[in-house]
Amino acid sequence: MSKWLEEHLPKVVLAPSFIAILIFVYGFIAWTGWVSLTRSRLLPKYEIEGFIQYDKLFASPRWDVAMNNLFLFGFLFIGISMLLGLVLAILLDQNIRTEGAIRTIYLYPMALSMIVTGTAWKWILNPGLGIEATVRGWGFESFTFDWLVNPDYAIYTIVLAAIWQSSGFVMALFLAGLRSVDTEIIRAAQVDGIPTWRIYTAIIIPSMAPIFLSAFIVLAHLAIKAFDLVIALTGGGPGFATDLPATYMYAMAFSRGDIGQAAASAMIMMAVVFTIVVPYLYSELRAKND
Amino acid sequence: MKATVLTASTLALIAGAALAEPKAEVLHWWTSGGEAKSVAVLQQEFADKGGVWTDMPVAGGGGDAAMTALRARVLSGNAPTAVQLKGPAIQEWYEEGVLADISDVAEAQGWADVLPASIAGHMKCEGTWCAAPVNVHRVDWIWANAEVLAANDIEMPTTWEEFNAAAEKLQAAGIIPLAHGGQAWQDATVFEAVALGILGADGFKKAFVDLDEATLTSPEMVQVFDQMRTLRGYVDPNFPGRDWNLATAMVMNGEAAFQIMGDWAKGEFLAAGKTPGEDFLCASVPGDGFLYNVDSFAMFDVSGDDAKAGQELLAELIVGPSFQKVFNLNKGSIPVRTDVSLEEFDMCAKLSSEDMTASADNGSLLPSYAHGMALRGAQSGAITDVVTQHFNSDMSSEDAVQALAAAVANSL
Repeated sequence: MSKWLEEHLPKVVLAPSFIAILIFVYGFIAWTGWVSLTRSRLLPKYEIEGFIQYDKLFASPRWDVAMNNLFLFGFLFIGISMLLGLVLAILLDQNIRTEGAIRTIYLYPMALSMIVTGTAWKWILNPGLGIEATVRGWGFESFTFDWLVNPDYAIYTIVLAAIWQSSGFVMALFLAGLRSVDTEIIRAAQVDGIPTWRIYTAIIIPSMAPIFLSAFIVLAHLAIKAFDLVIALTGGGPGFATDLPATYMYAMAFSRGDIGQAAASAMIMMAVVFTIVVPYLYSELRAKND
Repeated sequence: MKATVLTASTLALIAGAALAEPKAEVLHWWTSGGEAKSVAVLQQEFADKGGVWTDMPVAGGGGDAAMTALRARVLSGNAPTAVQLKGPAIQEWYEEGVLADISDVAEAQGWADVLPASIAGHMKCEGTWCAAPVNVHRVDWIWANAEVLAANDIEMPTTWEEFNAAAEKLQAAGIIPLAHGGQAWQDATVFEAVALGILGADGFKKAFVDLDEATLTSPEMVQVFDQMRTLRGYVDPNFPGRDWNLATAMVMNGEAAFQIMGDWAKGEFLAAGKTPGEDFLCASVPGDGFLYNVDSFAMFDVSGDDAKAGQELLAELIVGPSFQKVFNLNKGSIPVRTDVSLEEFDMCAKLSSEDMTASADNGSLLPSYAHGMALRGAQSGAITDVVTQHFNSDMSSEDAVQALAAAVANSL
């Protein structure tokens, strides 16, 4: 008996969570996929009707806006957060005296929920209350900063708030990465008289490749599931200029009673996630097999 | 929310086991000040008749959260007795086969004689009564600051041309002509008020009830979008995302002159101690007709004699004259019955009631599309998407009309 336990204990312990994930993640993905092929409205129906929901989805201009916003937001948010995080980490890595305090300050935004970030930035960016009103109050009457209420620029305010929130976290990741680089190699390079910027570009940054990948994966999934920030900051507006796929799905499922359409948009969102995660998993698994 | 559902259903179980009195579990989202007070009136009347009321308020998202709770309850086969639902949503739930038939009460109480026919139509599911109407909100109101209008020598406009002329004058005087909040439903509210004036009652019905493609793409519809573009020029630049009550406050303090909004805006004026006719003016928007937004309770299929008795009692009380009067005095709307005395109501409510009776006679009593009375969620949402996109961009009216027809076709 004890031998059997010894052999099977890990499986027994893992079984409940395995079963739970099987049902609540993969089971519900399958359910959503099924519903996306039906004409479900208020309540789910199960007669399969083919790909009509996807046809409607791709014909909807609002979905187009949402997808474009996702790519624009994702690209800028991930790119700038990583760049800013890296620069902050390198600056912080110069053995400065107050590093602990500064690191905490940069990390703090991560402790806020996206709702708080969104609401605070909504007030800061509101032309009648925030930056624009303040600068005008100083006497610069022609100063305009109306991105929040301008349909062409509103999406960039979301990028701005999201970067503010996450770049400190990326900095912490990179800082850990910088510290893990073998100091012997760096010293050797310094002895050889290689300039500092070359040490960074040729030795330190390339050896941090896994950190880049982790940061990318974390930021990418933040970008795809971004929802609360949009709701708090712009409510998807002006018009639906700042809609993201997640807010589109919410509107369809909960405001409009169009579950089939919502399921179809959820499946497309999942496909987007897969195109990012699958290459990552593939490279990870291959590395282990080698 | 889950906890509320659990406690509510546990309470219902305990109550049901102990007593065989009429009981009702009521799902609603009237949780803010005046609304909560209004529901308390119904609760009190229900209790006075010996009923046991289980309150199930689910706030949030303009009813979205309540609908999610309802979906969960219906799917688990344990529907509440009555649910705050309105317009075509009642028919949608009926098609899911979960609504009860309350024709016995309706016939005994003679609802057909006291309710306007077009409103009664919403309360019937294939000929049987399945919902009880609570109130009538009029959507096509225009509110104005009396002092600002007098100071600029402006009369309440009766045509859109007059409105535009007044707005130009106000703008020149440095006053924001139109207080507006840039949220999709507010854009839609203004849009349908404009559409009623320009398309007329028949055109409105063809466009937003029958979804007639020819009307949706007609030159008149282009004019509606043109007028929306003109109105966009009368709104202050800081409008996106503003809540409707903040826009009302702008009219109240003289920062802006007009607001186009349903009669819940009146509640804001009254709560601030303003008097209709003196401090603020109310008039229907230019054009003939009456757009209604009727709140109602849909009755769900329940089992057990006590629950059925509770449902019937509830239906009887909701449409009863005393509740109709007290509730609507609290909420700022007007009674859905045409035989309730309006003595204690203010002048705006009296005007609303007169217009309702008149428009019911000439066929211009129409459901509001922006407030989910005319169309189902998918279609009205598709129209609102186009309206709000046009209002918030430089889209041309011709493009908007084409996008409108395409969006409606895509949503069917």
